Amino acid sequence: MFDFSIVTGWIDNLLRNTLSCPGWLTSTIECILVAVGLLLAYTVIAMFYIMYERWVCAWIQCRRGPIRVGPGGLLQIFADVFKILTKEIVTLWHNDKFLFWLAPFFVVTASVLTFACLPWGKGMQVIDFNIGVFFIIAVSSLGVLGILLAGWSSNSKYTLLGAMRSGAQMVSYELSVGISILTVVCLAGTMSISGIVEAQNDGWFIFKGHLPAIIAFVIYIIAANAENNRGPFDLPEAEHELTAGYHSEYSGIHYGLFYLAEYLNLFIVSGIAALLFLGGWMPLHIPGWEGFNKVMDFIPSTFWFLGKAFFMTFVFMWIRWSFPRVRIDQMLALEWRILMPIGLVNLVIMALCVSFNWVF
Amino acid sequence: MADIQEKIGALCPEAQFDTSGELLLVTVPDEKWHALAQALKEELHYDYLTALVGVDWKDSLGCMYYLTNTATQEMLHVKVSTTDRENPRLHTVSDVWAVANYQEREVYDFFGIVFINHPDMRRFFLRNDWVGYPLRKDYDDSPELNPLRLNPEENEDDTFSLVEEADGTLKRIDKKVFGPEEYVINVGPQHPSTHGVMRYRASIEGELVKKIDVVSGYIHRGIEKLCEGMSYQSTLLYPERLDYMAAHMNRHAVCLCLEKALGIEVPHRAELIRMMMDELMRLSSHLLSYGCLTMDQGATTAFFYGFRERELIYDIFDKTCGARMSMSYSTIGGVVKDVHPDFIKDVRHLCAIMPEKLKEYHKLFTGNVIAMGRMKDVGILSKEDAINYAITGPSGRASGVHCDVRKCHPYSLYNEVEFDEVLLDKGDSMDRYMVRMKEMEQSVKILEQCCDMLEKEGIEGEYCAKVPKMIKLPAGHWYQQVEASRGAFGVYIESDGDPKPFQKPYRMHFQSPCFNLVGVVDLTCKGNLFADLISITASIDYVIPDIDR
Repeated sequence: MFDFSIVTGWIDNLLRNTLSCPGWLTSTIECILVAVGLLLAYTVIAMFYIMYERWVCAWIQCRRGPIRVGPGGLLQIFADVFKILTKEIVTLWHNDKFLFWLAPFFVVTASVLTFACLPWGKGMQVIDFNIGVFFIIAVSSLGVLGILLAGWSSNSKYTLLGAMRSGAQMVSYELSVGISILTVVCLAGTMSISGIVEAQNDGWFIFKGHLPAIIAFVIYIIAANAENNRGPFDLPEAEHELTAGYHSEYSGIHYGLFYLAEYLNLFIVSGIAALLFLGGWMPLHIPGWEGFNKVMDFIPSTFWFLGKAFFMTFVFMWIRWSFPRVRIDQMLALEWRILMPIGLVNLVIMALCVSFNWVF
Repeated sequence: MADIQEKIGALCPEAQFDTSGELLLVTVPDEKWHALAQALKEELHYDYLTALVGVDWKDSLGCMYYLTNTATQEMLHVKVSTTDRENPRLHTVSDVWAVANYQEREVYDFFGIVFINHPDMRRFFLRNDWVGYPLRKDYDDSPELNPLRLNPEENEDDTFSLVEEADGTLKRIDKKVFGPEEYVINVGPQHPSTHGVMRYRASIEGELVKKIDVVSGYIHRGIEKLCEGMSYQSTLLYPERLDYMAAHMNRHAVCLCLEKALGIEVPHRAELIRMMMDELMRLSSHLLSYGCLTMDQGATTAFFYGFRERELIYDIFDKTCGARMSMSYSTIGGVVKDVHPDFIKDVRHLCAIMPEKLKEYHKLFTGNVIAMGRMKDVGILSKEDAINYAITGPSGRASGVHCDVRKCHPYSLYNEVEFDEVLLDKGDSMDRYMVRMKEMEQSVKILEQCCDMLEKEGIEGEYCAKVPKMIKLPAGHWYQQVEASRGAFGVYIESDGDPKPFQKPYRMHFQSPCFNLVGVVDLTCKGNLFADLISITASIDYVIPDIDR
């Protein structure tokens, strides 16, 4: 299987030895290259996701979705992006201007930081250190700060209610996400992202960890949906109650940033699900089936990762477009009375399984 | 009738009786009215105030009350009036029949009659700085008096009560709707879930709703006033613009009322076609209501499922009436033209696919655990409250009130077809939703029978009776109810018997079901969460133009 570190190593070698740049310059150039690459990927994926959601949603709702702009509606997304870029940014009168302006950047920054941690392919990772998963949990929680700021600084009752709901929801469901991630860490024995992927070389965790891993997977799907403010947990922006929740007062590109972050977060949670339970970029390997494993290895690792992430996204969209929305008290009860206790017990079971070596 | 007359005579010796109209008319002096109202409700069980119509008789101002005994379905008609045009005052009956609260506010708005002891005497539709009372015959409608005001209404929290002291003197008490300590959130008039231009002001504590104030009138068009300046044929245009999801039924009601007044016999075929259109309309309305209820709870997909089948119904309307909304199909004496040759085929196709599609709707939404959690035991409306607030239609039947006009006061050909009145008893959001789902099955059943009947009649036939070009009604008043999509829709027509060739209605009043439905929003939502406000109002399912008229 092609190792992308060959490419990165070659560039590094080129800068350091062939062009004999000093160390600081090498690092700077590499950082810029990585940043440009990341942001490009970020935008392209966001654009793809908006179309993806529209197509899946149309398919589920017996509609045809966007078909007018360009062949098969492919140019629709460019029209949408240009529209949102050219829209006026409405300024409010009686609000906290600085925080209002800052809030969308908090949200986007949090999602870019998490985005950077994803294992894109073999040797194709921006941030990889021994507490990678912990870092993901930490930076992804930054987003809620942006949402709270947005709701508060808009000086509107609807946004405030949205932000309050959002705060309660994201802080609660962060626990379940954390616990289900811990369950996997327990199985993998490492917090490093590349380590977790490597540990799934002989079987994905959802197969290796059997029952506790499946429970953790289900909890993760529910909690990630909630953490992402997506249906059936889209209370913070419940359109039919709070018009648009915390971002009611935003317009133009500021609103666009929230929108962007929302879709990227969908990709990120799908990517994390792929990483933790479906082997990240690791091809499907079945122990003993050497020929099969060899064939699977021919598919590039990036394809594996993206394919798994898109599949998980499809699951999330399917859920969103099928279920009605829960109520705030039901949502909190679900987390604190059901998901979290189950998750904790599940963690203990996983620990027992690992210590007695009851895993495949 | 004589029996009731005797009993009322014993309760109130001052009452005068008139048996010449369609119902027994009891005229009561205002000072005896409140005591009689209480006795009528408690002793004679006239517990359902069907309609309250304000009328200006030039020499006097007053109200017509239509009462119904929900056990026997007998109706009674009471007239109360005052000759004082400067400071007209009547006693309130809002403590006897809760529905009178909003109805009296409407009368106050249009006729300026102040109701003594009414708890909250504010205008219901018009702005509080409106000059004059539009439905009075001496109303000055010059635009200088009431220009288009663009400033927000001031002091919208102010209200008052005229309280009668023990010695008979009247005292005005000024009040506020919301106190300064309350956190009031404004829902509407531009809000995705108020189903139109409706505005609530909700006092909330955290997410808990404490009190809701209904602010109505954002699309009030003054239809009753407009009708007073038109011929009877022209007024037929308006009822379908009230509840546009009950366009056929509303127009049917006005036609029936005029036919009753004129004594016109409608051909059997015409009545059959009207009834089929009514049921198609009901089906389409309930499909929309399913869509909106699910959408308001976040299940966007279900909305499209409902609309998919609704499209078929609209195609049927399109073929026969030439329009998809505001069809203008019924007319005095029958229908405008005969049905399209494909009509029966299309209706049969719809009837054939509906049962299967209904199963699909249930599969997608009804059994869902989140949907059950959102609707079960939420927004309970007891049977007593439903009658007290005059809640009819699917929402009333969900509380167990036997109120289907098709069964209580059969009109058209409803006693020739077999169908069941769907009655549930809990009165929560889930029941209101289920009543609609079950009524769709009944509508399909009625339509199937109608198709058979229409096939027997042949492809063509007489579809309209002979009607004079100039319609002149004798002096008098008539009231006709039909079962619209959302409840009993009543039409009150009063004629002064004007001998001129171009006669206009003296007073026309539409008793719309949604007006009463919005009256229970506060009652059902109080103590529930803010998210429930949306799901409860969606399950009550009102249409704003029907409230605002």
